[in-house]
Amino acid sequence: MSSDQGVGAISLRGARWGHGETAFWLVAAASIFLLSDRYLILTEMAWLGLFALSLDLILGYAGIVSLGHAAFFGIGAYTAGLLAVHGLIREPVLALLVAGLAAMVLGFVTSFLVIRGSELSQLMVTLGIALLLRELANKFSDITGGFDGLQGIVIDPILGLFAFDIFGKVGFIYSLVVLFVLFLLARLIVNSPFGLSLRAIRNNPLRAAAIGIPVKRRLVAIYTVSAFYAGVAGALYTQTTALASLDVFSFERSADLLLVVVIGGAGYLYGGLIGAVVFRILQDVFSSWTPQFWQFWIGLVLVLIVLLGRDRVQRGVLWLPRQVLRHWSARASGTAAGGSSS
Amino acid sequence: MTLALETIGLEKKFGGFHVTRDLSLKVPAGARHALIGPNGAGKTTVINLLTGVLKPDGGRILLESSDIASLSVQARVHRGLSRTFQINQLYADLTPLETIGLAVSERLGHGGEWWRRLGTRADVNAEIAAQLERFHLLDVMNEPTATLPYGKQRLLEIAVAIATRPRVLLLDEPAAGVPQSERHDILAAVAALPRDVTVLLIEHDMDLVFSFADRISVLVNGALLAEGTPDEVARDQRVKAVYLGEGADA
Repeated sequence: MSSDQGVGAISLRGARWGHGETAFWLVAAASIFLLSDRYLILTEMAWLGLFALSLDLILGYAGIVSLGHAAFFGIGAYTAGLLAVHGLIREPVLALLVAGLAAMVLGFVTSFLVIRGSELSQLMVTLGIALLLRELANKFSDITGGFDGLQGIVIDPILGLFAFDIFGKVGFIYSLVVLFVLFLLARLIVNSPFGLSLRAIRNNPLRAAAIGIPVKRRLVAIYTVSAFYAGVAGALYTQTTALASLDVFSFERSADLLLVVVIGGAGYLYGGLIGAVVFRILQDVFSSWTPQFWQFWIGLVLVLIVLLGRDRVQRGVLWLPRQVLRHWSARASGTAAGGSSS
Repeated sequence: MTLALETIGLEKKFGGFHVTRDLSLKVPAGARHALIGPNGAGKTTVINLLTGVLKPDGGRILLESSDIASLSVQARVHRGLSRTFQINQLYADLTPLETIGLAVSERLGHGGEWWRRLGTRADVNAEIAAQLERFHLLDVMNEPTATLPYGKQRLLEIAVAIATRPRVLLLDEPAAGVPQSERHDILAAVAALPRDVTVLLIEHDMDLVFSFADRISVLVNGALLAEGTPDEVARDQRVKAVYLGEGADA
């Protein structure tokens, strides 16, 4: 009997909320008050983080690679833009959901093309779909505004209560809340039996099928969910910037996203969020040094990360915060033990 | 005699290469049946055909009298046909606990639940614990599979297959590559398989075959050469010829 309890306890341990996680979200919330002159870049980090979370769900957990994730971002962005321009759905949260669902439909339909092949064919198919959508958006410029983008996007107050302000404070809080809610959902999914079966499929699809896991159905499901996340990220982008132009579908956007996930690390959810923050800071720092050559430095960082190994880089960067946390938790458990013995 | 597994005129070609020829096997319920043959005889192809990894070019596959030839791999597992692999096919990053848990959840129909944390179902937990204990894996249940000793990985390979609660189990060279010191555990695990599970053993190791099987089929060049009890097969001149070399019977 004790071994069943052991089995249950060990399984539950994986989903336990850690000190590091609490610290991460406290810092994110504190940035609302401490970095009030940086709302625009913080908002970008939030939607980029959500977009990266979307890619991490398929790449880090299910092992599906994509060079065309901007397809879903773009659909979400244009859906949110068109809903606002034509006044179809004025309330931003509802529009956000509809934009996510539009991307989800596209994700479901295209998943059957993507999941059947090898990694190389996945790269080609995802890339092809994104390019195709970009050309379609260009072709139907009377709807999408072509290269100039959608004109006259005005976003109504959130829930009819909170109007977007020119400093971007409401926009940032809104993006952060959406990110947090969808992060919690993603966390639930990856720590469930469904999430474990995805990791099994990534590890060994042959064996996964041989123990009765419906491999194809699971991959279709997570690809569809991932498309929803990317669509919401695109809609957040449009709602907070009032922009939707062809570059939402661009290859650079998909490729940058892959960089973000590689920088932060795949397969633990926070990788995408940390990657988004690091990527935007690097982009900001490098482009203020050398406006023309910032991509050179980003490239250099990427090569260093791959050569040194992300683990070593992270260990270096996280050394100090880890020490502080260890010190704290040691003291906390010390007092707890002292309390129980007395 | 009820048959657990039967093939009727099974055929498979890879281009011009005829790897399975008119293969008709009958495995009675509860049998300990061995399929042997020299290298390249097409034994692994037979397993791949039975489990649905490969589609046959002709013939039928009956599991407890119903035709499963058109079913997917996972549908056959749910019908009660499970296998182990000659070369370990495990999840390198996952632990034995998670590996067994996947098979148990999937069989009980909880594998697709995304709204629930792992470890919250008492029935699944209890069965995982029982399986781990039975295969002596409790002490390593929380170590990543890639770090386990080879013998433990081999045990896990069998434990996963058993966790799907098969009616028919295909064992593909269970003792392959296991060092002498750990061999005993594998043989004991194979011997301790429940009697109501029908076992088809594919094996090179003749000691294991003759100690375990009550019936043996000999496969050569994709076709059935001989079939019978271990004694009959051991005396068969054609089988001797195949194993000892051409002309040895002359």
